[in-house]
Amino acid sequence: MSEMIKVSRRDFLKNGTLVGGGLLLGFFLPLRGSFSETATQKEAPIVPNAFIHIGTDDTVTIIVNHSEMGQGVYTSLPMLVAEELEADWTKIKVAPAPVDPVYNHTAFGIQMTGGSTSVWSEYDRLREVGAAAREMLIAAAAAMWKVDKTGCRAEKGKVIHRTGKSLTFGQLADKSSAMPVPKTVKLKDPSKFRIIGKPTRRLDAPEKTDGKAVFGLDVNVPGMLTAVIARPPVFGGKVVSFEADKAKTIPGVKVVVQVPSGVAVVATGFWAAQKGREALKIVWDEGELARLSTAGMREEFAKLAQSPGLVARKEGDPEQALAKAARRLSAEYEVPYLAHATMETLNCLVDLRDGGCEIWTGTQFQTIDRDAAAAAAGLKPEHVKIHTTYLGGGFGRRANPRSDFVVEAVEVAKVVKKPVKVIWSREDDIMGGYYRPMWYDRLAAGLDEGGKLVAWLHTIVGQSIIAGTPFEQAMAKNGIDDASVEGAKDIPYKIPNLLVDLHSPKIGVPVLWWRSVGHSHTAFVVESFIDELAHTVKKDPFEFRRALLAGKPRHLGALRLAANKAGWGKPLPQGQVRGIAVHESFGSFIAQVAEVSVTQEGKVRVHRVVCAVDCGRFVNPATIEAQMESGIVFGLSAALHGAITLNNGKVEQSNFNDYDVLRLDEMPKVEVHIVQSKEKSGGIGEPGVPPIAPAVTNAIFAATGKRIRRLPIDAAELKKT
Amino acid sequence: MVPLKVNGKRYEVEVPPDMPLLWVIRETLGLTGTKYGCGMSLCGACTVHVNGQAVRSCVTPISSVVGKEIITIEGLSADGNHPVQRAWIAEDVPQCGFCHSGQIMSAAALLAENPKPSDTDIDDVMSGNICRCGTYQRIRRAIHRAAKMMAEGGRK
Repeated sequence: MSEMIKVSRRDFLKNGTLVGGGLLLGFFLPLRGSFSETATQKEAPIVPNAFIHIGTDDTVTIIVNHSEMGQGVYTSLPMLVAEELEADWTKIKVAPAPVDPVYNHTAFGIQMTGGSTSVWSEYDRLREVGAAAREMLIAAAAAMWKVDKTGCRAEKGKVIHRTGKSLTFGQLADKSSAMPVPKTVKLKDPSKFRIIGKPTRRLDAPEKTDGKAVFGLDVNVPGMLTAVIARPPVFGGKVVSFEADKAKTIPGVKVVVQVPSGVAVVATGFWAAQKGREALKIVWDEGELARLSTAGMREEFAKLAQSPGLVARKEGDPEQALAKAARRLSAEYEVPYLAHATMETLNCLVDLRDGGCEIWTGTQFQTIDRDAAAAAAGLKPEHVKIHTTYLGGGFGRRANPRSDFVVEAVEVAKVVKKPVKVIWSREDDIMGGYYRPMWYDRLAAGLDEGGKLVAWLHTIVGQSIIAGTPFEQAMAKNGIDDASVEGAKDIPYKIPNLLVDLHSPKIGVPVLWWRSVGHSHTAFVVESFIDELAHTVKKDPFEFRRALLAGKPRHLGALRLAANKAGWGKPLPQGQVRGIAVHESFGSFIAQVAEVSVTQEGKVRVHRVVCAVDCGRFVNPATIEAQMESGIVFGLSAALHGAITLNNGKVEQSNFNDYDVLRLDEMPKVEVHIVQSKEKSGGIGEPGVPPIAPAVTNAIFAATGKRIRRLPIDAAELKKT
Repeated sequence: MVPLKVNGKRYEVEVPPDMPLLWVIRETLGLTGTKYGCGMSLCGACTVHVNGQAVRSCVTPISSVVGKEIITIEGLSADGNHPVQRAWIAEDVPQCGFCHSGQIMSAAALLAENPKPSDTDIDDVMSGNICRCGTYQRIRRAIHRAAKMMAEGGRK
């Protein structure tokens, strides 16, 4: 499964075969539905089947165009194909797609994985692809038997005639490739599904338990060298001069050379490269950010939050309503920069030769990275081939509009003229920027005499992720990066007078989407402040939310299910208290109830999390459960431990000792309940993250009377005196 | 030349004596199942067995393991059928998968020493292995399942 497809589209065209024998079924289906206007359709000519390869040995290889980074797409996407193809699930194999327009995201028009979109964006296309292949197999069998195809059906990897005779897909592979591609296909009625909707174990689990799965870090090509880069200690810094004599005496060190991002030490392996780097003496010009510190930024953000920003949403007359309110409440919330800290540190292998470049890396951004690599190498994009390996975690870090880790490796390869793998040490990875932005939020709310919420003013301060990237024009509206206000401007609660405004200070610290992006902070802020309001009017936090969610059935459904399954209102063991939060992101609605206790020393223990999820129609409930568990752990890591801080421009954290994450001894019991739904599909990779921080801090308030308004949770704030 | 015994095979490698076992395994021997995660014995991704004990290979100098039996994930079982591996698949544990060689090696060493670990025993040993995908709940379940499999069916 980890074997990479080493053929390009032109090879497909030329040979019609893939490595390993057998034949490709050739067809192209025009995209239908809401995404028919994307670049995919326009750019993609009729190409032989890019998604299914049926081997004469009956194996069905699904070529998956989304990157597997743990979220399960190497299982859930094949399920879509196999369902309509009537394949034998035990014969399914998976291969990563090469880079080609035919593999473009159906909604975004580039080849990429992100935004919790993989399953819903392929739901129609991959089913159509599977159905078309099924029809071609049936046509082939009918032709071989010289019967009418209406008497034939496909079932579990075979075509069966009503007389009982049958041929396997492998036996039909040759013949079927000569059959015409159906122009339209009839998709199965969902009531007939035997794969979609059923909990299905991961296809990649075996090779992820025996060491065979190949990640970018594991790829080895003949003659390959390994490089590490000494990058500036302050973002935006530059090399003034460097002294490499000592580094070059380290056995194994081959080349020490300046590259645009710093100084590269190229060696026979990582250890030698690392030792070489330690022996370097570099004089840096630290640049403009040399005096930047988190404390100073907080002050600046707090000041900005006092002044009006760009209006992201306005309803009614919020200022007036606040001024007239019987009761007013205001609060300030803040969250820090966060590193993604994927288990596999960044790495990229580049083999650059005259007229061509091959790249092996775990990326979420194939098209962007290919084009950036081509530009850096002075090649045409079609001369750059990217092999997508397994990703040892992505969380957004491997989807960089600036392609930092790919371009840097190309720059090193340009000098070295041999295949070279740039490996980031954990310290490089934690200190290397592209963080979740630091945010500062100021909120004010007004309640009338009856305790009804009449005004809500929310000012957000923090860096824009897309500012200065090629996505800026496409994604920003009126100067507002939607990712800065998502989850805040679309607050679900019924409030007649509402203002959400935004300041996007320009700071040179590189920022990037981090699993759940803007929601990672807006859910914390909105769901905490709503909780504050509930307590202010002495209402049960669940009931208070419920009353404000009239007309929001999916929020309500998730909220009720979580409360019900958690036993909201029922007694808990001594010292444990519940908190609740609900949040919509990426088209899915998630409510979580956290059961929490706080020790005398202020240490927070999360005992159980009950999670209700409405993600609409779904494909693999096993994935949903796993992704909810995963999102909860990711969000808890940040809430309990995560902070990247700067002092004199330098990042103060470097490894898991000072950038700690949740470990097994802190793992709560997680229960996931899925709402059965026929609604439009939402995402599942990210939406589990946002509600957990406020569910926990709301529980902390219920337990201690102490409102946590700053993450990560500081035990000192909760210590009982 | 440093003599090594890895997964039952003998090797002679020409590496500096302070080079960590991790990089010898990965780069010199080409056994890439063992992963680099932190280089400081903080995350457990590099866990291997040395004379049956779980060891963080990223901080283990090669000179300290001469003459010892080293087992990596590739050598844990002939075809991925160690009870811990089977339990991992049965519980659908892996997500991105990067940490699981180390997780499995830690779990296998735990069970070799303590065939019926309690949740606290599991916490004590397994909290040294980080999983950023958050598969901890399944890891716990899989260890209990493997313990049961081993009790019922012996070692294999």
